[in-house]
Order: sequence, then structure tokens, then C-alpha cells
Amino acid sequence: MANSRSISVAFVGSGGAGALTTGTFLLEAAGAGGWYGLLTRTVGAQIRGGEAVSVVRLAAAPVECMAEKIDLLIGIDWHNAQRLGEEIAVGSQSLVIGDPRGGDPPSNIAASGARVAQVPLKDMAKTIPEGRPNMIALGIAAGLLGFPRDVVAKSIEQRLAEKGAAAVEASRAALALGFDTATSLDFPFRLPPPVQSTARRWLVSGNEATALGAIRGGIRFAAAYPITPATEVLEWLAPNLTKVGGVLLQAEDELAAINMIIGASFGGTPAMTATSGPGLSLMVESLGLATAAEIPIVIVDVMRAGPSTGIPTKSEQADLNIAVYGCHGDAPHLVLAPQSVADCLFTTQWATYLAEALQSPAIVLSDQFIGQARAAIERPADVAFIGQRLKASAVEQPYKRYALVGGGVSPMAIPGMRGAQYTAEGLTHTERGIPTGGAADHQNQLNKRRHKLDAFNYGDHWATVEGSGDLAVVTWGSLTGAAREAIGRLRDDGIDAALIAPRLLAPVQPDRFAAVLAGKERVLVVEQTHGAQFYHYLRAHYDLPANVRVLNRPGPSPIRPNEIHRAITEWRKQ
Amino acid sequence: MSKTPGGPKISTLADLLAVAYQIEADAVERYELLASQMETHNNPELAATFRDLARAEAVHRDEIKRLAGDIDVVAHARDMAKWNTGESPEQADIGAAHYMMTPWHALQLALGGEQRALAYFKSVAETAKDSAVKKMAEEFVEEEAEHVNLVHRLLRKHRRPPESWSDDPDPPVAQE
Amino acid sequence: MMSADAQLACKPADYKSDVKPIWCPGCGDYHVLMSFTRAFAELGLPPEKIAIISGIGCSSRIPAYTNCYGFHGVHGRALALAAGLKITRPDLTVVVASGDGDGYSIGGNHFLHACRRNIDMTYVVMDNRIYGMTKGQPSPTTEPEFDTALSPGGTGLRPFHPLVIALASGANFVARCFSGAPNETASILVDAIRHPGFSFVEILSPCVTFRPDEKDWKTLVHPAPVAATSDPARAARRIMTDDGFNIGILYRGDRKPYQPRFGQACADLAELEKDFEL
Repeated sequence: MANSRSISVAFVGSGGAGALTTGTFLLEAAGAGGWYGLLTRTVGAQIRGGEAVSVVRLAAAPVECMAEKIDLLIGIDWHNAQRLGEEIAVGSQSLVIGDPRGGDPPSNIAASGARVAQVPLKDMAKTIPEGRPNMIALGIAAGLLGFPRDVVAKSIEQRLAEKGAAAVEASRAALALGFDTATSLDFPFRLPPPVQSTARRWLVSGNEATALGAIRGGIRFAAAYPITPATEVLEWLAPNLTKVGGVLLQAEDELAAINMIIGASFGGTPAMTATSGPGLSLMVESLGLATAAEIPIVIVDVMRAGPSTGIPTKSEQADLNIAVYGCHGDAPHLVLAPQSVADCLFTTQWATYLAEALQSPAIVLSDQFIGQARAAIERPADVAFIGQRLKASAVEQPYKRYALVGGGVSPMAIPGMRGAQYTAEGLTHTERGIPTGGAADHQNQLNKRRHKLDAFNYGDHWATVEGSGDLAVVTWGSLTGAAREAIGRLRDDGIDAALIAPRLLAPVQPDRFAAVLAGKERVLVVEQTHGAQFYHYLRAHYDLPANVRVLNRPGPSPIRPNEIHRAITEWRKQ
Repeated sequence: MSKTPGGPKISTLADLLAVAYQIEADAVERYELLASQMETHNNPELAATFRDLARAEAVHRDEIKRLAGDIDVVAHARDMAKWNTGESPEQADIGAAHYMMTPWHALQLALGGEQRALAYFKSVAETAKDSAVKKMAEEFVEEEAEHVNLVHRLLRKHRRPPESWSDDPDPPVAQE
Repeated sequence: MMSADAQLACKPADYKSDVKPIWCPGCGDYHVLMSFTRAFAELGLPPEKIAIISGIGCSSRIPAYTNCYGFHGVHGRALALAAGLKITRPDLTVVVASGDGDGYSIGGNHFLHACRRNIDMTYVVMDNRIYGMTKGQPSPTTEPEFDTALSPGGTGLRPFHPLVIALASGANFVARCFSGAPNETASILVDAIRHPGFSFVEILSPCVTFRPDEKDWKTLVHPAPVAATSDPARAARRIMTDDGFNIGILYRGDRKPYQPRFGQACADLAELEKDFEL
């Protein structure tokens, strides 16, 4: 039996079958056993009862993207599973398990040449009081993967403890039946044993990591309007902000949400909102206000496919333009993008720190893929980025809120402070904040706001830069993991390639970019947009070599490592 | 909804046939709607159950139409077959539908409908002044009583599901 | 903290800034500014503990003309901005200044939800039934027959009824003032600020440039014939049937203001990670 770098397992089933929860259980058990993993979920258009699949990719090393094929596909039922399309693509080596009472597997499975084994999950479940087919499916998967029974059983017991002894007993029995069934099935893949480590391990989604990063960075107030796929950021923040002396307010709309956080931040409380494309569109006017009035705020945009309502539950990277260029007028602000589930924590924390330090709005461009994916990871290292705002102390009269100081960051008075009363202003203003139509003040304040962002030293966090060779893959956000994996496969082929993935998208870093691009003869730009927004952004701000290719595609199908690998391999042949 | 909906006044045989026709036609439409909801929500077993019920009611509907001969029951029903609840007796309550419901639940809905129809025709038979109307209403009473018995027999094949029948291990999914 | 004596010593002039208003001479908003400073002086509030939040329009210029903290934000969103401020800084006195276009048209949705939320703040709308900053377009309170460049012959639309809408939406204090009676307005503002929850004060404030007809308002206004009620149904009936020039406090409710518990940190940050530990 071959050891695989990773194994992908998918559970398919319609409403009530428990396909989503089963995937979570498998990831949890793998995480408890010392493996790493990433879980994504896809469902039909129904709130409840839709066809659903959870895909878990497991490995002995961190997993940051999904594989091209499912190695083990278990259909608790196959109702409308053909709609899940390439989410459940299998190969000729794959094993497909289905219940003969659950309908016929989708036609692409038969065409793939994968082996299909019939297991009567429903009937088996009926032999156990309160038994559920999905728990048998979990036992089969865990058994085929070679997971220790006790680790899986313990993990499930902890999860189901609150449902009572009967539920735990039913699950234990179903799990055992699944493990027994697995012994009679032939599955050619095995996971490498987990690397022994004492590091603490987490099971976390990107949206949760984002929320924690915000609190760690100092956020104590959030206002937001529910929107898919950002709502989980808010769901985690609401109770947890309360624990640290903060609060979340549900706003009447996104226009209110961003203004509420501007108000809170004006009062001295670091504040954030989380939304997706349609909400960001509504917020843009006030994003300009926060820029002009120099109010630090953090806006998390968990991107989904657009424009308009688009595909709310699927990922895309096409909010890049609105995030970087959305405002009217010249309105420089911070735009950052996390690169993995774990990096959602770091990037949001850093964004909060930068927003406070630079008295500027910061947009965090996460996306549905890393936002809603759940990962078994090592606990991310602590970082020291905690928002510190330059506040006015003893002031000369009259107080100049928008004073033209070196570095551009002028001390900010917080209401309550005596003798520094001022009016925060969205009109072009003087250093005191008094509205003016004068050319000099307009130029001076534009300079000030541009300069404070440009002059700041962002350090090495501005981008992920890895590898070597004369070809660079330049990508961003959630595609970083797929690009890294493709470069790893190239290395196995004996080919060196570099990865450049800016985490800081605005302000742009021409000097740093030029330095990492030195000696690169070819650049492959990889992005999940229809209009090649990232490519045009790079073209606008950076000097690229003459040989540039773009691998771009809109959502919802994520660009996979093999596509990047193929694009480079073929390019090198020419 | 165990109470008989206040139904249309029956004066003539044509009234009775039109109303009986409409009751069955409404039932067909309602079961088709429920079947399509279940198809959308991946409950094929229930979709099939509701389609079977719809088919059975369609047979009754067509029988009544044949029985009516030259009387245009469709047009006549449009004018007078109106219930003050807005629902005719055999229309299953759509508010009682659930994506994880079982055949037992579907049959409970069907039973309620047949019982309401039975009660309605009984009241027509009891209050009819025209002897032909009374006789036909009594035939409908017998027929509906047989339907009630049929549903009871079908129900014997299905155990009442455990309390946990609607437990979905998966959470609801955010869409927009 | 100021001592009690120092607070008492505040004069209306202490709340005025050195910024010169751009309002047209004769504009009712000058009177409103005067009423603001008189009310603050009477309340003895230190200027640094007051925040005046506004949107866009003639009325929204008011924050910079005071010596308080202020925020001149975008069109229509002042109430939302103020909500975020007051919830996180309950120690501040928050006054929101708006006009009939800013508050009832572009900001209409926030008006409903601010009333419903009932956060302890005072919302002052200077209503001149016209857009002044953009040269005289009809606002939601403009009379149907009033002729403007954008609505030749009038809009034909029934005016918005802000006081009743405030009541129906849950405002806890509703009053109507006339800018030309600044002492009376100041005294109502004092009551509005003291009253817990969301206080709504509509000030009829004539626009001399685009609505010279509003000069007649001073002859039309009259004190409300009966005292404020705490029964919203009675208040609504009175407001719906009065002539629109009934001046005074029309409703004082007793709803509990919305103020989420805020400030007590009970967990150390490391606690939060427990959700994620395997």
C-alpha cells in the first residue's frame, strides 16, 4: 500500500443524512490523532434539506488547499449528488462507497473507473437503536484511513456528550460497525503517521480565526449586518467580545454598520465590521469618510462570487478592485489579505494594529473558501501586534487634529479630553479640521494621508516570499496554498520556482516588490477573477518582466495545484 | 384542523357534484405541491408518497367529472365551491410539512383531509332538502368513509416515528 | 473632572467656537445654535463631554460652530455614527443634528431604527421643508404644491410626518420647537437631553433663501394647549390632528434605554482560544 502525501475523503448526503457533520467529526478525530486537515462544505440552494458534501483533506503536514480528486467518497445517499459536480470528482484509484437504497451514484463516478462498493448503511443503522448511517460512514472512513479506534471514539463521545448517554452509545455502536465493515474493503491509500509534536492544536475556521485576530489586535466594538459568508465572524465575535468587555451591535444595514464603527472609533474604541461584497459596496462612501477624517476602522470582507448578489456561498477574489480603488477621490487606505485559515488570525490582528497605528481604515480581504473552511492546525504563534493609537496628550491651543506632522500621523484627541475639542470632518479641512475649499489645504491633507501610509515600515509581513528560480508564481489570498503546493510538486520534478504572495495589497510596496522580483524572467499570475484584476493591479503598480502569463478563472471552482503545475510545466516546454 | 370547514351551500345536484369535484381537484393540487417540495428537499420517499396520494385523488376527481355528465362542474365550481377558511376539506395543511417528514406524517395529513371531507358530506346529507341531493351526498359519505378506512389500513404499515424523527445532525446552511 | 462650581460657571458663550457660520443671515439655524449653547450652559455640561454628530446639509454644519467634540460625517448616517459612539462611550452626552433631507430622506431608515433602539441621545432635526445646500429641491416635508426646479408645479406628494413616525417607531421623547423662540427651544432641549432614551426634537427652522414664505411661521406657531402625555396613542392622535405649529413637549415615554452591558472584561484573551483547542 502506497503512502500518500494527503488523502481526501468526502461524505455526500441530502438533508438529515448528516454529511456535513460527519466531515467535521472526521477532521476532529484526525486533528486529535495528530494529523492536519482542511474541511470544506458545499450544499444545495436550500436552507435545509439540500444535497450536501463535506470534503476533508488530511495529511501529516499542514493542508492549505483542496486536492483535485476525492480518494474516498461515501454516499450516505446520492439524491441530486450530480449537482455537486467537480466537488466530488474521483479518479480511477478512488474508492466509492454507496448505499444501494440511496439511489444511483452520479454518472461521472461510473465514468471515472473508480471502484464502487455497495454498503447498506441505512439497513445497518437500523440494527442499532437510534443508530445513524452517517456514523457508520464515519467508522468506515476512519477505519480505512487507519485511525486508532479509541481516538475516534473519544473524539465523538466528547462531541455528543451533551446529547445524552443513548446518543453516545448509538454512535459508539455505529462507529464500531463502520470500523468492522472497513476491514472487508480494499483501499489503496494510507496516511503517513502523524509527526509527534507537543504543540497545541486547534480546530478553527478562517472566519473564527479572523474574529480572534481582531480581538487580539484590540477590537472591542463591532457593528454589522448579517451576510453570507461573513456571518460566522459575527457569530463568534458577539459572545466573545462580551467576555473581553466589548460589544457587538447588529445594525439596520451596512450603511449604519460602518458608521457605527466610525462613531465608536472616534470615541476611542477600536472597532470593526465584517461583510461580503454587497455590503462592502454599500460601505464605500463611509470608507472614504473614515479615510478623510482619519478614523481607524477594520472592515473584513469575506469575498463571494459577484457582481450583485452573485453566488453567496462560493468563493472568488473579485472584490480586489473595489477594496483598493473603490472610493471616490484619492482615498488611500490599507488593504490586506490573509493567505490561509491560520493566517486569518495573523492578518486581521496585523490589520487592526496597522489601522490604529496609521489612523486609517483597513480592509481585510478574506474569502468564502478560507473563511468557511475549517482546519486542524498547530496553534498559530503569538504576535505582538496590538493596536496603539497616537493620542493627543497636552495640547497647544488651538488643537490641530489634522496637524501636518512628520510621518503624517497626527495625535488624535478622544472625546472627554479637555481643551482638545474638535470636529472630525469629511469635507476638505484645515489642520484644525475646519472645512475649506482651498487648494493648499486640499493638497496638504491629501499629502498627509498618502504619506502616513507610504512612510510606514511594514516589515517582512508585507508578502510571503518563498522558493527560488527564474520563474515566480505571483498570487494572493486563499490561492497562496494552492500555489505553494504546485511549487512543491515542481520541486519534486526537479524544477525550482518562487512564490510571491503579497499580504499587504495597499499601500503598494514597489521597492520591496522589485527586490523580490530581481532575477525573475517569467511571472505566472494566478487569481480567482474573471477580469484578471490582480494582474492589472500588478501591471499598474509594479515593473514586471516581459514574460508574464495569467492563470485566472472566476469562482466558484477554485484553481487547484495541478492547474498551476500544468501551466508552468507547459510554459517551460515552449 | 379537525373542524369541518364551513362549506358552500348545496341546493342542487349540480352544486354537490361541483363541490365534490373541487374538493378532489384541490387535493390533487395540494399533494402535487407537497411532492415537489419534498423533491426539492431531497426526500424522495415522501415525494413518492405524495405523488401516490395525488394520483389517487385524481382518479376520484375524474370519476366525479364523468358522473356529472353534461354538467360543467369546473365552471360551476369556480362560481360556488368556496370555503370560508380558503381551504377545501381535503387540502393537506402545508404548514405541517417538514423536509424530514415520514410516510406516517403524510398519511396523518391524508387522514385529516378524508375525515374533513366525510364530515362535510355528512352535514350535506343531513341537511339536504332535495332527495336526489341527499341520496348522492350519502353516496359520497360512504365513499369518504371508505377512504378514511383505507388510510387507517395504510397507517398500520407505518410505525409512528420516534420523537427524534426531525433531528438533523447538520446545521441549517446560510445562503444569502 | 470639573468641580460643581466650575460647571455652574459655564456660560452659553463657552460652548461657541471661533468658527464663523456660513448660514444665510436670517436662517433659523442661528437660533438653534443659540438654543444649543443655552441648553448646554443650563445643564452645566463640560463641553468636552458633549459630542455633536451630524450628516450633510445646512443644519449639519452646527458641530464645528460649537466648542464641543463633533463629527461632520456623510449624508444621512449621523444617527448610526452616534449610536456607535454612545454605546461605547455612555459617559458622553450625545446630540445628533440633522435636517429634513438628511434625516428623513437619505437617512430615513436610520431614523426608524434609532427610535426603535432607544439609545440615550437627543436627535434634533432642523426642518425647513427644503434642501438648502443644493439650492431648493423638495424634501420629504415639503408641501405637495410647492413649486421647485426639480418638481415644477409641486411634487403632489403628501409630506412625511416625522413626529408620528418617531412615536410609532419607539422614540421616548417627542417635541416640536420653533427656532424663533430660542429660550423655549433651549428649555425643551434641556428636558430632551435629561430624558432617558432616544429624544426627538423637531425644530421648525425657516429657510430665508429658498422658503421666504416661512417667515410667516412666527405668526403661526403657538404653545401646545395641553401638557405632554406618556400615552403614545394619545400623543399620536394629537400630533396627527394638530396644525403642525403646536410647540412644546408632546410625548414623554418611560421605555428603558438600550445600553448593552459593556466594559467589564471577565476573560483573559487566552481564554477565548479554548473554543478551538483539540
